Amino acid sequence: MNRSQAKLTQGIDWPIVGLYLALVIIGIMSIFAAEYRGDDNVWQNIIHLNKNYSRQMMWFGISLVLASVIWLTDSKFFTATSNLLYAGGLLLLLLVLGIGKDVKGSHSWLVIGGFQFQPAELTKLCTNLALAKYLSSQETDFTKLRSRLIAAAIALIPAGIIILQDETGLALVYFSFFLVMFREGLPGILLVIAFSGIVLVLSALLVDKYVLFTIFSVITALVIYFMRREIKRKRSRLLVIIGVYAFCSVFVMFVVPFAFTKVLKDYQVRRIEVMLGKENDPKATYNTRQSMIAIGSGGFWGKGYLKGTQTRFDFVPEQSTDFIFCTVGEDFGFLGSVIFLGLYVALLFRIIFVAERQRSTYSRVYAYGVASIIFFHLAINISMTIGLAPVIGIPLPLVSYGGSSLMTFTMLIFIMLRLDADRQMVLR
Amino acid sequence: MSVFNQPRKRVIQAIILGMVVLIITRLFFLQIVEKKYAKLADANAVLRKVVYPSRGIIYDRQNRAILSNDVLYDLVVTPASAKNIDTAYLCKILNIDKEEFRKRIINAIVRNGRVRQSVFAALLPAEVFGQLQESMYLFQPGFELVPRQIRSYPYAAAANILGYIGEISPERLKDTTYSSYNSGDYLGLAGLERTYEAVLMGTRGIQYLVKDNLNRPQGAYENGEFDSAAIAGKNLRLSLDIELQQFGEKLMKGKMGSIVAIDPQTGGILAMVSAPTFDPNLLTGSYRSTNSVLLNRDTTKPTFNRAIQATYPPGSTFKPMIALVGLDEGVITPSFGYPCGGAYYGCSRPIKCEHHDAGHAANLRLALSHSCNSYFSHVYRLCVDASKFGGIRAGGLQKWSDYMNSFGFGHRIGVDVPSEARGIVPTPAFYDKMYKGSWNSCTSVFLGIGQGELTLTPLQMANAMCIVANRGSYYIPHFVKSIDNDDTHLLDKYKEKHVVAHISDTAYSAVIHGMTDVVESGTGRVAQIEGITIGGKTGTAENYGIVDGKRTKLKNHAAFVAFAPAENARIAVAVIVENSGFGARYAAPIASLMMEKYLKDSISTKRQALMKTVMETVTLDPAMVAKSKLDSLNNSAIIKKNGTK
Repeated sequence: MNRSQAKLTQGIDWPIVGLYLALVIIGIMSIFAAEYRGDDNVWQNIIHLNKNYSRQMMWFGISLVLASVIWLTDSKFFTATSNLLYAGGLLLLLLVLGIGKDVKGSHSWLVIGGFQFQPAELTKLCTNLALAKYLSSQETDFTKLRSRLIAAAIALIPAGIIILQDETGLALVYFSFFLVMFREGLPGILLVIAFSGIVLVLSALLVDKYVLFTIFSVITALVIYFMRREIKRKRSRLLVIIGVYAFCSVFVMFVVPFAFTKVLKDYQVRRIEVMLGKENDPKATYNTRQSMIAIGSGGFWGKGYLKGTQTRFDFVPEQSTDFIFCTVGEDFGFLGSVIFLGLYVALLFRIIFVAERQRSTYSRVYAYGVASIIFFHLAINISMTIGLAPVIGIPLPLVSYGGSSLMTFTMLIFIMLRLDADRQMVLR
Repeated sequence: MSVFNQPRKRVIQAIILGMVVLIITRLFFLQIVEKKYAKLADANAVLRKVVYPSRGIIYDRQNRAILSNDVLYDLVVTPASAKNIDTAYLCKILNIDKEEFRKRIINAIVRNGRVRQSVFAALLPAEVFGQLQESMYLFQPGFELVPRQIRSYPYAAAANILGYIGEISPERLKDTTYSSYNSGDYLGLAGLERTYEAVLMGTRGIQYLVKDNLNRPQGAYENGEFDSAAIAGKNLRLSLDIELQQFGEKLMKGKMGSIVAIDPQTGGILAMVSAPTFDPNLLTGSYRSTNSVLLNRDTTKPTFNRAIQATYPPGSTFKPMIALVGLDEGVITPSFGYPCGGAYYGCSRPIKCEHHDAGHAANLRLALSHSCNSYFSHVYRLCVDASKFGGIRAGGLQKWSDYMNSFGFGHRIGVDVPSEARGIVPTPAFYDKMYKGSWNSCTSVFLGIGQGELTLTPLQMANAMCIVANRGSYYIPHFVKSIDNDDTHLLDKYKEKHVVAHISDTAYSAVIHGMTDVVESGTGRVAQIEGITIGGKTGTAENYGIVDGKRTKLKNHAAFVAFAPAENARIAVAVIVENSGFGARYAAPIASLMMEKYLKDSISTKRQALMKTVMETVTLDPAMVAKSKLDSLNNSAIIKKNGTK
């Protein structure tokens, strides 16, 4: 008896399992806090599955079954079916475009027997598997541009389809795979360029384009003046400088205005402008403002569990899904929030630790993928509840209410644990 | 390889830590440094007040407001705070007993819980509100007066078009499409109020007010930095002419049926009358639910919008459409004649015609103006039996029903009020099922004279007149001409021109000549208006109903369709008067008076007598009228209105 049990769980990384369980349970408690009203009959609600917390408990149960099934699966199954699952995921996304149902303005839901299901969540897993498969294959040389472009395509094709479903938030998550690619050798300069790009976009939005153009011209002139000796020695440098200058100017003068009038949806533009403080749209600021009031009113110690006044009286919208962090912030205050974030940091660092101890590239890429996805969700979700990022509807991993999201993150993590347990094998 | 990339792990860890530190810094400022958030959340210090936006107003084509917003008050209760008050006094004001008071409190707790507000007494009558407002301080903070906007209708017309607003139902609240509504909110439940809910509703605002120790608001918190303004709903501007609508409702008084008038050049609906109708003021304010039950139960079914929900066989008014199909298919020419001698003998059972003098159907124009049944039965059979389709069952009827579909029959046209009916256009499959596969052009020959299985809504009939008047095109009939500051695409489909089949201009000219003859010298002479050429067509639809379980012939429906001026039509009309006999008798004068009123703005003195007779005629079944409470209800609305003013 004892021996067989030891065998069954042999190689499992208990710290990750512990952190996983802690976050899911905190999630259910937070959803409960967001919904509970003084005189609810809790047991009846749980049995009838008519509240979000009771349904989340059910999803948790289903997730645990899924986790067990994954744990009992052979690691080679995942490497063997990676590409197939990816193709299946893409098909599912296209299917949703055709027969999906509109829920809150996004066309990304399938309805199966009364339950709504969002394939865009699941394809994160498929994409992660496919990326691991591709980067670990023997033919792939990640120092070559061709391989890098293919890897980028694997990550961004699903994002493209998801944008067509009007779920821009979930599509953005796919950019987190660039963190994985960075780990696998994508030049660091790309991260710097990406960062500069963000700064460029922000400045293009905040500062008048003609002012920016003048600033660029002055900077370029100064750079050319101070580097005139180097330029004399090597003419190509001048071309690079002029090239960067031309790109930045065109970007600011034409690309950003075009994107804002033609590509982005009206509501997206409004949200971004609200976040930047350019526009004061009551509808768009309402959510963020209520969320900030809830979190801010928590103070240092918090109001205590189930004592929050903001989250419990429906002042914060979407409070059991996208704005679940409000409950933590209000009921447990600054101290609780820091501990809560600490749990995530511990989970992320542990995943990175696990990733680095893999012998197979496949498992390492996969584990980094898991860390990147969780990190991206965490950063965007929390930032939006405290007014650091525009309101992009993506859930807080393991904590937000939602079956698709909880099951996807469960599968992501447990496939990684399975691969980790088999780290002595070489997996491709 | 793995060793080579080692420092990158550190970079990634640094990125994660950096982000988390950024978040924690922000949290530190939000939760510890700034005190105003904590204060905002403190209900004892800051009063949070929801500001309801005013709902969009609906204007007619001359920019007259058809409805306006009034404010009534709800008494709402927060059960947890409703303690230590003078219950007896409150009960006395509200005129309820203690038992009822207890029941309502329990009801509120069941619905929304102890700590949230629920409606205790909705839309208080003015005198109760007055009393309550004076002594409100006795019942605070547990009880509160919340303003609600209700509609009032100065013209007391167009009830079925405008629809009404009411409190959102608990089922809808659970639906995610209504996630922006709260319990107690009002929304459009029928008519234009429902179709255009999204633009009419506006956006709720929120105000933070500082309170003193007695719970009295003392002014804006932090100079209104956290407030968000309510945005008023957008106004609708209709193509409807409210005076024409009122005039139509008067003409239809005492009758059952409908009038639809459309501007063929835009598809904008000028009037849509369904009779008997009711005063829209009945479905607003404190008595809405009582009146709503009475209206829905009434024997005359006033809430049933006959103009779009009832379907009728079009009778002879359908003949111009048959002529168009025949001309387009090339089975007849405008000079085609048929030797009718008083009946059509082409099929085993003769079909009677009103005329038997020789030459009354010597060409299309004459056949139309005399409404010859034989002629159109023959043309129908020529069309569907044409050899190029291989006979009626191989494709003739299918082709014919395709024509009907392109005329807007057999499907919802897409008018912007809900619950439109489809009507029936028989297809081969329809007859296969009905006659178990054994049918031919004789079985369906009645389609040629607008009888039989074909049924249309009055809206579809009026739209068909737009098609004839425009010589082959129409815009989807609609009420809303424009929305103020419109940023939706709701009206796009009404700006699109629909071209019907590809029937030639000469075919239309022939049919229009025939229809002007109908009014000049044919069956519809009573519709003449001095100085205006009118194209029209009378119709009498046989009416069968089930009486005591048997299919029985009932009194015919009168129908008249028309458009004017014939050369450049500005109005197309369809009129149905149920159970009133021959079409020229009531339907034609009503249509004609509507056109005169719209085109000339008033009724000429010569026709005042006709107008009076039409208005006073009652064709409703007296037995039905005796059981109906509609008149007394409508009168009560008028009394109430005059009483409160």
